[in-house]
Amino acid sequence: MSAVPGLAGAARANGHAHQRAVFLGMLAFFIVAPFVAYPIFLMKVMCFALFACAFNLLIGYAGLVSFGHAMFLGTAGYASAHAAKVWGFTPELAILFGTACAALLGLVTGLLAIRRQGIYFAMITLALAQMVYFFYLQAPFTGGEDGIQAVPRGKLFGLIDLSSQWAMYALVFAVFSGGFLLIHRAVHSPFGQVLKAIRENESRALSLGYDINRYKLLAYLMSATLAGLAGATKALVFELASLTDVHWTMSGEVVLMVLLGGLGTVFGPVVGALIIVAMENYLAQLGSWVTVTQGVIFVICVLTFRRGVVGELARVIGKPL
Amino acid sequence: MEIFGIPTQALFGQLLIGLINGSFYALLSLGLAVIFGLLNIINFTHGAQYMMGAFCAYFLLAWLGVGYWWALAIVPLVVGALGIVIERLMLSRLYKLDHLYGLLLTFGLALIIQGVFRQQYGTSGIPYTMPAELSGGRNLGFMFLPNYRAWVIVASLVVCLATWFVIEKTKLGSYLRAATENPQLVQAFGVNVPRMITLTYGFGVALAAFAGVMAGPIYQVNPLMGADLIIVVFAVVVIGGMGSILGSIITGFALGLIEGLTKVFYPEASNTVIFIIMAIVLMIKPAGLFGTQR
Repeated sequence: MSAVPGLAGAARANGHAHQRAVFLGMLAFFIVAPFVAYPIFLMKVMCFALFACAFNLLIGYAGLVSFGHAMFLGTAGYASAHAAKVWGFTPELAILFGTACAALLGLVTGLLAIRRQGIYFAMITLALAQMVYFFYLQAPFTGGEDGIQAVPRGKLFGLIDLSSQWAMYALVFAVFSGGFLLIHRAVHSPFGQVLKAIRENESRALSLGYDINRYKLLAYLMSATLAGLAGATKALVFELASLTDVHWTMSGEVVLMVLLGGLGTVFGPVVGALIIVAMENYLAQLGSWVTVTQGVIFVICVLTFRRGVVGELARVIGKPL
Repeated sequence: MEIFGIPTQALFGQLLIGLINGSFYALLSLGLAVIFGLLNIINFTHGAQYMMGAFCAYFLLAWLGVGYWWALAIVPLVVGALGIVIERLMLSRLYKLDHLYGLLLTFGLALIIQGVFRQQYGTSGIPYTMPAELSGGRNLGFMFLPNYRAWVIVASLVVCLATWFVIEKTKLGSYLRAATENPQLVQAFGVNVPRMITLTYGFGVALAAFAGVMAGPIYQVNPLMGADLIIVVFAVVVIGGMGSILGSIITGFALGLIEGLTKVFYPEASNTVIFIIMAIVLMIKPAGLFGTQR
């Protein structure tokens, strides 16, 4: 997907020093922020930021646009909520189980979806996600419209009680920064370089002997797994897993976060998630106008602001962010 | 009378509903295919435009007293014209970019349109009264056939086949197919390709609006009536492949029928059967039943 602007230089080696500074700044922000802002809100931001980063891995580095990423968020949410509530798993096991379920779903849907590219890939992932949605709508264990409520947060490793807001915040913070670093590591590994090569010129990558479908599947799988990690954590934070997280509007929302923050930028998804979650918080009482606002942001971003917030910033300072 | 332990009344009733759904799948996927052929854009707004068609017919009736038959003619023109405005103002700026931006733009537009209508009219449907000429029905012996439903099936078949005829068998259609193949060359021959693109988009949208008017009396007029439908239609498009006009018509009707049959024999899967078929088709013939890999 060569048309995504500002990508070519996104990972030049000389850009790493200031990226590290920005990364540390971001961590510092999330450490200080709970003293100023509402911790639940910040945990929501971090969950969605990880979700958006996972999505960005796929669109920004593999050039694949999934319109069905909500299925991973929701699946992991349901799985971890069910494990924690019904089977009495400890939180770390519940999160792992949810993430594993999302990874499995990623493997199955990925094998199907990577058979087509571009627009078809988007339509196929959307359709598969809709199928998953209908499954959860009817399956008995999900509680239908009510979702799985009152999920116990439990004790981490059987020791730390997560019903304390601070302990939970620390866990979400660890999950988010771990996931973020993992993505960073993957993007800058030889694996990430091959992904970029495939994105820029698929036939050339193929002629160099790379099994492009395997690389695409791996990227898709990794994106699904991390989206699942975000979803499983989110279910514990809110003590709830519901249909909202599997609905196609959620898939659209994560596209919007990444588009607004900056496609293919390192920090864009985090900024995008922060803006969109904040917007939803403040506009929540306005009902459908939230949807309208999201639509307007989509249109503006596509027509005039394709680099996104972070992409524009990077252009101004002349360094990749 | 029973077939496979299912009363024939129920079986044929569900098949009829399947055919009705199929009519809408066919009309909508046809519109998507026509637009995609020339613009290379998947029109995510299609579902919202279908919904606008139904609302437009409702406004005509409620505010101006204009009835169903006139609405059938006026609404596609109005909504098609709105589509042309969208194409000129927004979509035309994106042709040089990756096609995915077109998808994102039309997705945003769909959110805006559906959000505004939902804010205004809520999520409960508004009934649209059936035209008096088509109320009632006839008994075919093995089942009861409401007149309006028969009309929907016939009308959508006629419109689909007419579209197929124009595109595949007329001179205008040959320009269109040529422009799909190689727009630069067609433009060099003196055909105004940008205008053709605009009109094609308008036509595709008009098809969606036409489907919307026909849907009004069957389903209710509802701000979200197109939102979930369009995802099913996407799956229909993936199954049929975008290569062939006739292919998308056949796939639309066939999948409607299969969905109806599923409702009879295994109702739990009726929501998902089309997606399952999509998955199977992707495994066997990734380009779609009538498509060519591109």
